[in-house]
Amino acid sequence: MKELSLNILDIAMNSVKAKADTVSITLTETDETFTMSISDNGCGMKKDFLETVTDPFSTTRTTRKVGMGIPFLKLAAEQTGGNFEITSKHESEYPNAHGTVTSAVFNKGNIDFTPLGDIVSTVTTLIQGSPDIHWVFSHTTPKGEVSLDTNELKEVLGDVPLDNTEVILWIKGYLEEAYSETE
Amino acid sequence: MTVKELSEKCGFKPAALPDGDREIDGCYIGDLLSWVMGRAEGDCVWITIMSNLNIIAVATLADVACIVLSEGVTVEDSIIKLAEEKGVNILLSDKKTYETAIDVYKTI
Repeated sequence: MKELSLNILDIAMNSVKAKADTVSITLTETDETFTMSISDNGCGMKKDFLETVTDPFSTTRTTRKVGMGIPFLKLAAEQTGGNFEITSKHESEYPNAHGTVTSAVFNKGNIDFTPLGDIVSTVTTLIQGSPDIHWVFSHTTPKGEVSLDTNELKEVLGDVPLDNTEVILWIKGYLEEAYSETE
Repeated sequence: MTVKELSEKCGFKPAALPDGDREIDGCYIGDLLSWVMGRAEGDCVWITIMSNLNIIAVATLADVACIVLSEGVTVEDSIIKLAEEKGVNILLSDKKTYETAIDVYKTI
């Protein structure tokens, strides 16, 4: 994918499909590395399935034989000399603490490092598409932090739904302003 | 024009040829796999320098006739084995991507 924000969108959609009610997207940057971690409390994966997810010929989709989101993310990280990890606890074995954590580390100095791209659109698209999920977004750079917690928004908004157009536009504006302050 | 005929006429080296009689229609060039997946058309020759496992999946999804690895790129035995299993043809070219594409253009 041309932008890492699209990889993030793809991985977060797995959390939505796994029926998570809380999804955290944590981006941490140093001068040299970019680390992304997406964790959810969805149904999780059993051990034998987990072992096959980086294999491009495995998928939960029935429309095609292969699923490429995770293999593409792994490739994107590894081609910068970084690494990729996915851990998961399935609800059948961990009824009170199930979920999945997908993380990838990229070396920013590598010429094959893909830029983050339009992360604001990724975050707003996710919130708009699944307003009932508790989204926790945080992006820390050496210059500052941008963060958003939809539960905090809900406390302020009361009965106004998160997928209300005005609310989504406000979230977009809020994130863009926060980003302009960390530049 | 079949994949086998293309390979012979262009002087490519077949690394995996499980479906050499497959007919070719057109050519696509690209290395960003997610991009290729959405844009390469069925039955085309796909020229790339990427040689990891994911190319087999992309070739299957896009239903290309064959992969041509240009610029002298080599491919691991495990990937050749998988290509044979999945029915994906892989040809090798020592020429640069541009020149490989010209040879394909002149041949098909």
